[in-house]
Amino acid sequence: MSDHAHALETYTGLDSRKLAIWTFIGSECMFFATLISNYLVNKGRNLVGPFAHEPWTDPATGQVMEPIIEIPLVTLGTALLLFSSLFVVLALYGAQRGNRRMLLIWLGATLFCGIFFVGMQVYEFTHFVNKGLTLQRNMFGASFFVLTGFHGTHVTIGVIWLATMFYLAVRGKLPPERSVNLEMAALYWHFVDVVWIVIFPVVYLIR
Amino acid sequence: MATTALDQHHAHAAAHGEKTGLWSWITTVDHKRIGILYGATAFFFFLLGGLEALLIRVQLSRADNNFLDPDTYNQLFTMHGTTMIFLAIMPLSSMFFNYLIPLMIGARDVAFPRLNAFSYWVFLLGGLFLNASFLFGAAPDSGWYGYANLTSRQFSPGPNVDFWNMGLQVLGVASLAAAVNFFVTIVNLRAPGMTMMRMPMFVWMSFITQILLLLAFPVIAVALILLMFDRFWGTHFFVPTGGGDPLLWQHFFWIFGHPEVYILILPAFGIVSEVLPVFSRKPLFGYAAMVFSGIFIAFLGFGVWSHHMFTTGMGPIADTFFSLSTMLIAIPTGVKIFNWIGTMWAGSLQFRTPMYFAVGFIAMFIIGGLSGVMHSSPPADLQQNDTYFIVAHFHYVLFGGSIFALTAGAYYWWPKMFGRMLDEGLGKLHFWLMLIGFNLTFFPMHFVGLNGMPRRTYTYPKELGFEALNQAETVGAFILGVAFLVFLWNVVKTSRQPRRALADPWNGATLEWAIPSPPPEWNFDRLPTVDGRDPLWEVKRQRGGQLPEPEVGTGAGIHLPNPSYWPLITAIGVTAIFVAIMMSPKWGAWGIVVAVSLLFFGLYNWLFEKGYSEFSTPSQGGH
Repeated sequence: MSDHAHALETYTGLDSRKLAIWTFIGSECMFFATLISNYLVNKGRNLVGPFAHEPWTDPATGQVMEPIIEIPLVTLGTALLLFSSLFVVLALYGAQRGNRRMLLIWLGATLFCGIFFVGMQVYEFTHFVNKGLTLQRNMFGASFFVLTGFHGTHVTIGVIWLATMFYLAVRGKLPPERSVNLEMAALYWHFVDVVWIVIFPVVYLIR
Repeated sequence: MATTALDQHHAHAAAHGEKTGLWSWITTVDHKRIGILYGATAFFFFLLGGLEALLIRVQLSRADNNFLDPDTYNQLFTMHGTTMIFLAIMPLSSMFFNYLIPLMIGARDVAFPRLNAFSYWVFLLGGLFLNASFLFGAAPDSGWYGYANLTSRQFSPGPNVDFWNMGLQVLGVASLAAAVNFFVTIVNLRAPGMTMMRMPMFVWMSFITQILLLLAFPVIAVALILLMFDRFWGTHFFVPTGGGDPLLWQHFFWIFGHPEVYILILPAFGIVSEVLPVFSRKPLFGYAAMVFSGIFIAFLGFGVWSHHMFTTGMGPIADTFFSLSTMLIAIPTGVKIFNWIGTMWAGSLQFRTPMYFAVGFIAMFIIGGLSGVMHSSPPADLQQNDTYFIVAHFHYVLFGGSIFALTAGAYYWWPKMFGRMLDEGLGKLHFWLMLIGFNLTFFPMHFVGLNGMPRRTYTYPKELGFEALNQAETVGAFILGVAFLVFLWNVVKTSRQPRRALADPWNGATLEWAIPSPPPEWNFDRLPTVDGRDPLWEVKRQRGGQLPEPEVGTGAGIHLPNPSYWPLITAIGVTAIFVAIMMSPKWGAWGIVVAVSLLFFGLYNWLFEKGYSEFSTPSQGGH
């Protein structure tokens, strides 16, 4: 999966591919920092409902509607996503020790959590659209869908990456000396989790 | 030697013959060839941007002129700015990053040779995409910083802004991929003994530039994505009627945009810091101060963005903060200028062509820096903003700064890259034409600007009295054009001569001069070890004179990365995504699906490519 450089002894002793992932993650921090800033700047700038945390009056019917966010399901998704960070560490531990059973079980668990989270988000988005919250409706809709949508895209890419690792592991192509390939995917996965630790309170908990 | 194990592993590798032909360039992963590709492409775009500037100057040469209509004029100044920044100066710097960083740190290539090729192809496709807008008569027309709400669907219904938006997003991918690559290369591939504080100053300034790219480009990426959502999917991020805020665009843009100006100038600082010591026969004065002032400039660069926005009325506290932080930047920049002068002080100066341009750089950059300090005062800026005074200022730092330094670098490293010395006489003619043409073009802009001539306005009435100075500016611009024709003639003329440049024609201090000109594909027959700054001067001092001309080795036993076309396929996939988004009102989502599939097709073939991927060989493990 790499170019020739990793085979050399590097100046710092760090694997170049791992360093590249860390560098990329540093850059991604600014990407999400900007998206989160955009969400916070636009908070409360809605000309019309639905709102995240307050009841709102539907101008079409005059009815007072409930706040749109539903915390319990997202909390479950959050919990699974956070646990998946532990699972991927266990999978990596298995890969490094050459314990294929442990690798496959925990990588499978990680994938399950990731897929559940994406599924949860698809359900949530559909539910919101049905309740009248769209990209075009108000600033909350626009900044919510863009922020959580880009996070969801990152989770999806992580799932595809980890699934590729799972496929390689099933084929017996992920022995301990190649575990750095899983480690890179795991680093990215942790980053995606850490970003959600910021997004979850910002969007769902802070009123 | 760091490569021993690898060399043995590939001991069967045959000698490397020189690869030729179009296919060898399409599939190349050699950092030197990619550097040359960057340079040639960027120079082409530089000439294109220059042509746009000349058209602008023809229009402004007479009052009440109608050589260009206002709409074309808008397209030309927008494309001139966008082209010069993203398609000329940045990739010209990339040429030097590519060609020089591995040579200067004593490496065989960059950390990820295929990622390097990918960066180039994405850059090329992004540049072509941006300029394809001319074919549809719909070039971007809302200025290089695309202020909201000029860019909203309501006020820009055509595809002009979309070409700009998608083009910049594609180019951002190229810059970020390259930045990751060079960051890792500099951290990890230095030769034994080359500590951070022994790195050549060009490598240091490049390193800081990569960090700026990594931190600034995601911000513009998000801003462009939000604009894309506004234009294609009906959000109102920058549309006040929907609750959005046009000023938010300015904040996002300049949080990127100010670091961007240091992305444009820091590599130039690095080049000049290599040229001046060699032609002064003295080590760089104040090495550590140069390093830390560079870091300080980059750090402050993220805290000054709102000085581009004094006229938006941010209030006294924000104005004061951004005014003070902007003034602070004059300190590390001043440190650099004094160190360059200190380098030349009491040196035995040799006025060869690169030295002319380097000294010209210092003088011109000081003028641009001084007018920059003037804008840091909000009351002064209110008078200067959006006038030709600003145009004068940023051309003194970007042309007088970056382009002078990049030209110095071109003359300095030309023999290393092509094995031929450029002609000194023509080089000096180039310098004098450029210096005179440049000052004749841009110095009068200070006066017409302070007298109230607004930028980005296609004409001016005769009664305002701007005509004489504008005519002088136009004459200057054409002299600049001639200067670069002289350069082109120099290139053509010397390319007919045999390759007989010495390995070390300038008595250089850095590692690239230890190997033949042009270097073999594998750079170093044996990777060097370093035990100080200016390593080559140290070797020559110990030896008591010039080194013998290095012999061109066979490269036997040295492993080189295989050629690959997957970076190009993947780059096409990336570009296709943005083309598909632009066409999505017509093609629907299926275009995007096809483009993303193409990207993944390229990516997976890249990741599992034979000869690169450890997964393409059977594992030696127990499974």
